[in-house]
Amino acid sequence: MKHLLSTLDLSREDAIRILDIAEEMAAVGTREVKKLPALRGRTVVNLFFEDSTRTRISFEAAAKRLSADVINFAAKGSSVSKGESLKDTAQTLQAIGADAVVIRHWASGAPARLAATDWIDAPVVNAGDGTHEHPTQALLDAFTLRRHWARANGTGSLGTGLAGMKVAIVGDILHSRVARSNLWLLRTLGAEVTMVAPPTLLPVAADSWPCTINYDLDDALAAGPDAVMMLRVQAERMNAAFFPNAREYSRRWGFDDARLAALDDHGLAQTLILHPGPMNRGLEISSGAADSSRSAVLDQVSNGVAVRMAVLYLLLSGDQQRTAN
Amino acid sequence: MDTGDATQRTSESQPKSARTVLSGGDIDRALTRIAHEIIEANKGVQDLVLLGIPRRGFPLAQRIAQRIAAAEPGTDPAAIVGQLDVTMYRDDLRHSTARTPSPTNLPAGGIDGKVVVLVDDVLYSGRTIRAALDAIADLGRPRIVRLAVLVDRGHRELPIRADHVGKNLPTATSEKVRVRLGEVDTANGLPLNEVAIEGQA
Repeated sequence: MKHLLSTLDLSREDAIRILDIAEEMAAVGTREVKKLPALRGRTVVNLFFEDSTRTRISFEAAAKRLSADVINFAAKGSSVSKGESLKDTAQTLQAIGADAVVIRHWASGAPARLAATDWIDAPVVNAGDGTHEHPTQALLDAFTLRRHWARANGTGSLGTGLAGMKVAIVGDILHSRVARSNLWLLRTLGAEVTMVAPPTLLPVAADSWPCTINYDLDDALAAGPDAVMMLRVQAERMNAAFFPNAREYSRRWGFDDARLAALDDHGLAQTLILHPGPMNRGLEISSGAADSSRSAVLDQVSNGVAVRMAVLYLLLSGDQQRTAN
Repeated sequence: MDTGDATQRTSESQPKSARTVLSGGDIDRALTRIAHEIIEANKGVQDLVLLGIPRRGFPLAQRIAQRIAAAEPGTDPAAIVGQLDVTMYRDDLRHSTARTPSPTNLPAGGIDGKVVVLVDDVLYSGRTIRAALDAIADLGRPRIVRLAVLVDRGHRELPIRADHVGKNLPTATSEKVRVRLGEVDTANGLPLNEVAIEGQA
């Protein structure tokens, strides 16, 4: 594995390896000295062309826990606003001596471009590109789900997948790179995925995706999912009217208190609620649901550090067989 | 673990010659002696913690703990054994293939102020033990750290020596020392316990 660009081409073997290493990385977070010397003397650049709280902080914490040096780059306030191209930015990083580049970009495919060209020969990690993919988010969701699934089945999580688990992904599928990355990864790990959204927020190609599509959230919850992943309504990417108004969206596709109570009525004591953040409380998820004991939102954040440590460790250790030029 | 690559590579590169230098019975006797040496050096089992280095150091630590418990009744072997993974502390992370770390499990009492005996199968360059000492420093501050190995094959690259040695085996660097323990190794479906030297010539 030289880069991590998408979960579509991630093999089951590699995915499980990342999750297994993340289990050991998670243990480091509970120790007195929360640091490992594995990446001492290496430089990780966080290249963020789009706003982010969780992902950037998480990558920064992950790199620092592995003793790497971190350079944070935000497009706002940099020469990008003077018109500098991605190529020139990448070549600058190469000249500075970056050993790995974590990139978030508003354009789908920007990380793949960086990985495919000779602008920079460091490993590239996709931290979210347009509406394409967000692989580390999918990996941390899978990690959270796998721990839950192993606990529910009374087994250990090491080496296992998600065979037989039913996951519902609900909300703004159209604009969601998280939904896409999760779909590919969860399928690879053996879970069954149901996408729940208004027809206007489903991409045209969704018919060919390896998942079930349901337009009715209550119906999807009655089917007894083991986990419900709520997605953020991405207002900043919406340049048309995808639903009449926020109240109607919230009533039909939001995870509100009534639906939280409905989970108990359906006898779904084990069903987990996930949200990749940032949450629009009151729109796609109510505060009651977000703060309930079913909510794994904060587990997702702490697991994110462990998963990103595992990814950086795998990409930056071992023979990379890079030619010095 | 110093022979990590050599011990874990099983199918490919069949060697030209292999000779068994310790049988299962020899391993048992060496471990019994090491167990008694540990008790003697520690003047009892007070504060004793055995940390095995994956993979084969851990089953060795368990076997030694069982023998210590047999010699000193009232000792719970499970309560004094732990596993210490050193992958993240190795000095060759950049050069060899990326290794998957194993879990680190410490006994419930931790290692602060304890007498820690590191247990590994083969002592070779000493680099694994250097990594283990770094790993221990991040987990706590033991009163004393000692080292017990089943086989010392020489060729040290660092100033490290073992306190308790099962067998000193003079070897050539071209040879491979393979330790096989019934807990992790099998031959024809049966557990295999032996130490063998495999020559390249």
